[in-house]
Amino acid sequence: MSLSRRNFIKGVIAGGAVASSTAYLFRGSLPLLGQGSAPGSVDRLITLVVNGQQRRVDVLRQETLAMTLRYKLGLTGTKLGCDRAECGACTVLVDDVPHYSCSVLTHTIRGRRITTIEGLAASDSELHPIQRAVVDEQGFQCAFCMPGFVMAAIGFLKTNPNPTREELAHGVSGNLCRCQDYDKILTALMRGAEYMRKVT
Amino acid sequence: MAEKLIGQNYTPPDHVAKVTGRARYAEDFRAEGMLFTKLLLSPMPHARVRSIDTSAARAMPGVKAILTADDLPDLNGAERALTNEPLYAGEPILAVAAVDELTAAEAIERIQVDLEPLPFVTSPLDSLRPDGPNAHPGGNAWGAPAPGAQGPAAPAPRQTIKWTAEDFSRDEPAGRLPMGKALEEWSYGDLDAGFAAAALVLDETFVTQSTQHHPMETRSAMAYWQNGKLFIHASTQSVSQTRGNIARWVGIEPTDVMLIAEYCGGGFGSKGGGAVSSSIPALLSKKANAPVMMRITREEESYIGRGRTNLTGRARVGFAKDGRITALDLFIVQDTGAYGPLGDHRSAGLAASLIYQPPAMRWRAVNVITNTPPRSQQRSPGPMQANGIVEPVITKAAKQLGIDQVEIRRINSPEGKALFGPVLPNGQRNHVTGAFVKEALDRGAAVFNWEARKARAGQRQGSKVRGVGVTVGPHGAGSIGWDSIMTIRPDGKLYVQSGVGNLGTHSVIDLARVAAEVLDVPWEKVEVTWGDTGKHLPWTCPSVGSQTTHGMTRANMAGAEDAKRKLQELMALEMGGSPSDYAVGGERVYDRRNPGVGLSFAEAARRAIRRGGKFDGHELPEDINPMTRESATALAGLGLMGVARDTYPRDGATYGFVIGFAEVEVDVETGGVTLVDFVGVGDVGTVINPRSLVAQIKGGACLGIAHALFQKSVVEPRYGVSLGDRFHYSKPLTILDIPRSMHTEAVGLPDPETPVGAKGVGEPPVGAGYGAVMNAIADAVGVDVFRRAPVTADIILMSLENGRRMHEPLRAHV
Repeated sequence: MSLSRRNFIKGVIAGGAVASSTAYLFRGSLPLLGQGSAPGSVDRLITLVVNGQQRRVDVLRQETLAMTLRYKLGLTGTKLGCDRAECGACTVLVDDVPHYSCSVLTHTIRGRRITTIEGLAASDSELHPIQRAVVDEQGFQCAFCMPGFVMAAIGFLKTNPNPTREELAHGVSGNLCRCQDYDKILTALMRGAEYMRKVT
Repeated sequence: MAEKLIGQNYTPPDHVAKVTGRARYAEDFRAEGMLFTKLLLSPMPHARVRSIDTSAARAMPGVKAILTADDLPDLNGAERALTNEPLYAGEPILAVAAVDELTAAEAIERIQVDLEPLPFVTSPLDSLRPDGPNAHPGGNAWGAPAPGAQGPAAPAPRQTIKWTAEDFSRDEPAGRLPMGKALEEWSYGDLDAGFAAAALVLDETFVTQSTQHHPMETRSAMAYWQNGKLFIHASTQSVSQTRGNIARWVGIEPTDVMLIAEYCGGGFGSKGGGAVSSSIPALLSKKANAPVMMRITREEESYIGRGRTNLTGRARVGFAKDGRITALDLFIVQDTGAYGPLGDHRSAGLAASLIYQPPAMRWRAVNVITNTPPRSQQRSPGPMQANGIVEPVITKAAKQLGIDQVEIRRINSPEGKALFGPVLPNGQRNHVTGAFVKEALDRGAAVFNWEARKARAGQRQGSKVRGVGVTVGPHGAGSIGWDSIMTIRPDGKLYVQSGVGNLGTHSVIDLARVAAEVLDVPWEKVEVTWGDTGKHLPWTCPSVGSQTTHGMTRANMAGAEDAKRKLQELMALEMGGSPSDYAVGGERVYDRRNPGVGLSFAEAARRAIRRGGKFDGHELPEDINPMTRESATALAGLGLMGVARDTYPRDGATYGFVIGFAEVEVDVETGGVTLVDFVGVGDVGTVINPRSLVAQIKGGACLGIAHALFQKSVVEPRYGVSLGDRFHYSKPLTILDIPRSMHTEAVGLPDPETPVGAKGVGEPPVGAGYGAVMNAIADAVGVDVFRRAPVTADIILMSLENGRRMHEPLRAHV
């Protein structure tokens, strides 16, 4: 029996199973043809306000904020854990509200205030209270999820500066950690909330 | 040892970089002219590539190179990064490098691969049926490794094994694991006499699940070539141990691999020695003559990112009236996935022998190949599954015999230099270096308030009922014989080379605390170099199997003792007298009788360089590994060098233990389970880094808890495709799934067979969490409600409603 790859996939889909590998691999790439990535089209050049600075950047229409930050602006502290709004590793603040930057189209937030993990500390000796608390409590392990957790916590604390452990856990429940000592993470973030109350 | 640093909390030197976003993981690096790659994955679980037509893709502007399996070095049949005969759906067939990812993805779409479908099987039991398919043309199972081999034993060739229809008809209808011919077996003691003497014999089958490792950082990698050397940014648990693997996968010499891996976003065993897929950007970069970035998506990670082996186990256990185990007969069918072979089934047998101490035991196993994504060791490979298989039997026996759950585990627990496993070729059974399980059980029961919680278990409040459970989680916790390199330099500082991976356990830095302790150097004057094989790292253990803390504290103690000896000898040469006249302390080496006479470390370093020879690394010990020799040679002349292999004696195998105590609340109307409380107490030797220690126990326990409650992978058997992809479907634990606070601690008793007293802790808590939570559920709703994990709400609800166990008894990957 001879079967081309494409026909096999069609068969599988028709049969009701999910060939999910292909769903991602080939997502939307055909309609994007011809759009190109070469600069030249002026309306793609937009201004973003990132960590207090105005940044002019050339973005594709379908480009996500995470990709813009990581690949156009060199801000690699924002991590991609899933690129599908499941894990929260890419969380940044947009006008002080936590957003999954993998699921925000960059062109939709021109002129809005974006804060990333790189924008929190003036220097290593002047860490943001949440960062200081994470260091003091040694709050994470591999730390790939850490920037997202820190940004989510800061966003949440702006709405509830004096949370219980329960409330803060809910506040960062959109973030996954696979080393999963969530207990110590929560302790560090609670300490951070305490530091923030002292600052303000 | 007088402890100024060991056992004290400190801030690891990488923590500020991590929290400011400056720490760079593999995908955070960029290179001029960097290309991107996309993979073409097999849609079929088993097929053969008949032809590949890449002409349309090659014609696209921006497509720079295409890599197929034909471009890869032959690895003697072992798994390669690309294949012409995919053995699982999702296995990479080829890779395209292009100017951007969209172009690469579009090129993939234009490639025509003609695949010939081959028979496939996703269930290990189906493969063992008389007419069951083989997952591989070479056979459907792996036998025992060749005996007598040193180091990682070469796998025996694949072979075909089929069971008879009678094997299946005898047990399958009753939901019991059929037990046909085993390919591996050992036993000790008189099994028949053990069962004959038993007051109660139970025979139960349990199915443990496979789960993907899913570290937060996928196995993305970026590579380029410069002056004939490969520079590769990759994610690995073990830097020194990965260099040689990459060299083999790419087909070059280890000295031509510059591996940069300062940070690893988690591995849990899936990146033990790196990832074979990292050879794709390396070889594509060579072909395209440009740097290549390979971003692995979360979905691709589901396929190529490794998973735990799933075991179907049958345990027949005899108990005396007092709960003492008289005999244990264990049969395991392991699903080792498309490649491998993994040895979880063997570790499971040894672990069961250790933690339940049966006077007679038989272990039999078949290690079956299936067309499911490849497995690797996942945090507690084997012992954790053994907890899953045997714990329900212990729990049920305790209920039937009227014995407390802590007590039945206590009387069967290992103590001191406890024996375990079969009789070895030397006529002896192996033993552990030391076990303080009873102490940890007692401590845990007190901290958890076991008696009070037990008293309130089983009482229904509305629709809710509580239950309590306890489990002893074991795992091997230390290796020996590794190397260390350190230098005291003319700036007066101690520089420690660390070949350990930075996977978040902090052992990459902890080992330097031991060196500083021995040499009495304040922590501010210690610099640790790690994460880059271009920076001359020693031969170091792989950070798998909870061995690093044990293995590398020993190695660095040996290196520090070597430096200390050299300081004393240097003084004897410089000042006269014998080396023993001199002492080391306060950043000086000085005359014991006249402490005012001495040299600062800075001055001693200068004089060591002047004298050369062994003092500054120009003469090296004979017994160190070639990689250590190469690194020490490069560092020679920088200061007084401590360089040594760990040759401290050890009697026995090093094992760590964590006891898990769990209380759950089950809603009998919804089947939902809430974990109310969890306590973990470790018997894991001397504590080096207290905050990391509790983090390891909690994190490991949480992995086990997730396995008890919901984490799994699912494979559709008719099409052979994975359905439990990504985070959403594989159900990892979230912060809301655990109690708002958890307590863990260690008994802190030093291991008697290692000079620092420390053993590993990363893995023992996994089985402790897994078993304790499942035992607690059984305590709440009944010991026969489930015989598979995860224990999801539907399993509980259906079984309660029907008054008997309702779930599928034997199927894998549900």
